[in-house]
Amino acid sequence: MSGVLAVLEQRDGALRKVSFEVVSAARRIAAARTASLEALVLAGAAVAEAAQAGKFGADRVVTLTHAAFARYAPEAGARVIAERVQREAYDVVLFPATAVGKDLAARVAAKLGVPLVADVTDFAVESAGLVAVRPVYAGKALLEVKVSKPPAVLSLRPNVFTPLEQPRTAKSETIAVDLPEGPGRVVVRELKAALAGAIDVGEAPVVISGGRGLREPANFKLLEDLARAFGGRAAVGASRAVVDAGWRPHADQVGQTGKTVSPPLYIAVGISGAIQHLAGMRTSKVIVAINKDKDAPIFKVADYGIVGDLFEILPMLTEEIKKIYG
Amino acid sequence: MKIAVCIKRVPDTETRVKVAADGRTLDESGVKFVVNPYDEFAIEEALRRKEQAGSGEVVVVSLGTQAAQETIRTALAMGADRGVLLQSDRIPSDGMLVARALAAELGPGSYDLLLFGKLAIDDYNQQVPVMVAELLGLPCVTAVTHLDIDGQNGVAEREVEGGVEVVEFPLPAVLSVDKGLNEPRYPALKGIMAAKKKPLDVKPVSFPATDLEVVSLVPPPERKEGRIVGEGPGAVPGLIRLLREEAKVL
Repeated sequence: MSGVLAVLEQRDGALRKVSFEVVSAARRIAAARTASLEALVLAGAAVAEAAQAGKFGADRVVTLTHAAFARYAPEAGARVIAERVQREAYDVVLFPATAVGKDLAARVAAKLGVPLVADVTDFAVESAGLVAVRPVYAGKALLEVKVSKPPAVLSLRPNVFTPLEQPRTAKSETIAVDLPEGPGRVVVRELKAALAGAIDVGEAPVVISGGRGLREPANFKLLEDLARAFGGRAAVGASRAVVDAGWRPHADQVGQTGKTVSPPLYIAVGISGAIQHLAGMRTSKVIVAINKDKDAPIFKVADYGIVGDLFEILPMLTEEIKKIYG
Repeated sequence: MKIAVCIKRVPDTETRVKVAADGRTLDESGVKFVVNPYDEFAIEEALRRKEQAGSGEVVVVSLGTQAAQETIRTALAMGADRGVLLQSDRIPSDGMLVARALAAELGPGSYDLLLFGKLAIDDYNQQVPVMVAELLGLPCVTAVTHLDIDGQNGVAEREVEGGVEVVEFPLPAVLSVDKGLNEPRYPALKGIMAAKKKPLDVKPVSFPATDLEVVSLVPPPERKEGRIVGEGPGAVPGLIRLLREEAKVL
């Protein structure tokens, strides 16, 4: 008997979308191994939505509650997860490779004294172990690694694994935990939310990035207008050049020293396509490029390109997108 | 204030990746190596903290081949006081092995702060700082974009999806730092000259077997050849149609 553990992520009592991606991927492993799949949530109080994990393939959904878990509690969170993995002898433990998940997974792996395979984009279940694929050099190459000894601890890149409904009759339980060693020395005092309606570049289904071709910071308004036309589904990203120039915050930077994104739709506007930018967005499902230089490298990776003046093209594109989502 | 900064020698961001004959590693011929860009923020932060305190020491530690001495010298040229190279003929893919080697060198109780870059732009493991902290029993905050330290207490900000976490922690601590924390200085000529005379200890390290086996390193799948839909705003309706009907993303 073996088991797979999927560690989910919640914020303010709502499961984040990436949680369903992780459960769906975990189901694949559980099916190949005829193993049971437990979905685990850490939260401040019972999470009504947690049972939803059953719809995506969990056999058991466990919510561990403690006041300290209302926000990310790195030390106590890692401790209760590592203890659970040891007690229940899970063979595979999956985390989302989010800001919190990456931090947490490394802590749990260290407590267990095992390797962590981070930011996985694909895997194969083999009899002798798990073979995982992860982008390295910002996606300029893929590294294939094999974990032969359980527990295999992996974090999965968001937006890569498709959430797949495969309902099980899941047993749900909420367990209030004691933290005899306290909530930990590292305390998240506050979570400052981004501007209302803003969506993170790393998570948005549509990313519209701008570069030097925008000419000046104020012109990013054109990209923001287009993003708004997508009805809250789009985020505005930026090339390194404009971030280094101080036009945009570094949180918006896409590329090797910024974020690596894989949205269903990526629109590059006025970005020539330096290799370090391409590295950050080449795994997007569909890439659209708008650039005045028909020889710009961005057109080599774009599925669809428009050559021309972005100041003329963008307002037109925004109007057309409004017709669809308005 | 005594600060250790862990840095890594990595291929420059402009590098075009070519796989070596073994099928598992990077072909390093013709590759330009640099200080990992995120580590520059860590070096800068350490120097500023020491300058503000008016005393202390900044020790730069790197695990890597002999060539990483040059990487350490760059940090010394920026102003760090001394360097330690944990020399090995390779850097394992298993971050836990790297963390154990670093933790053995950094020891408990030796430093007020252990600083790292958020991630190394070669292996993207993004785990070693946390693992070092766990091994040494120290508090740790990752991907820090803003930092205030008052005596033995720190407050850091870190970006999470759609927000910023404000995190309190006590010192000594391990921090990994992100772009945006500061603007790293360039080594001045005087610093470069001084760096040549600063102490750099070389200590050989070896690694035990790992349960993580590298199977292969391969180029990513080529993207299907795209097409230019047209020129100017007149091409927009055609683009919309393709995105709806062919790509099915709208």
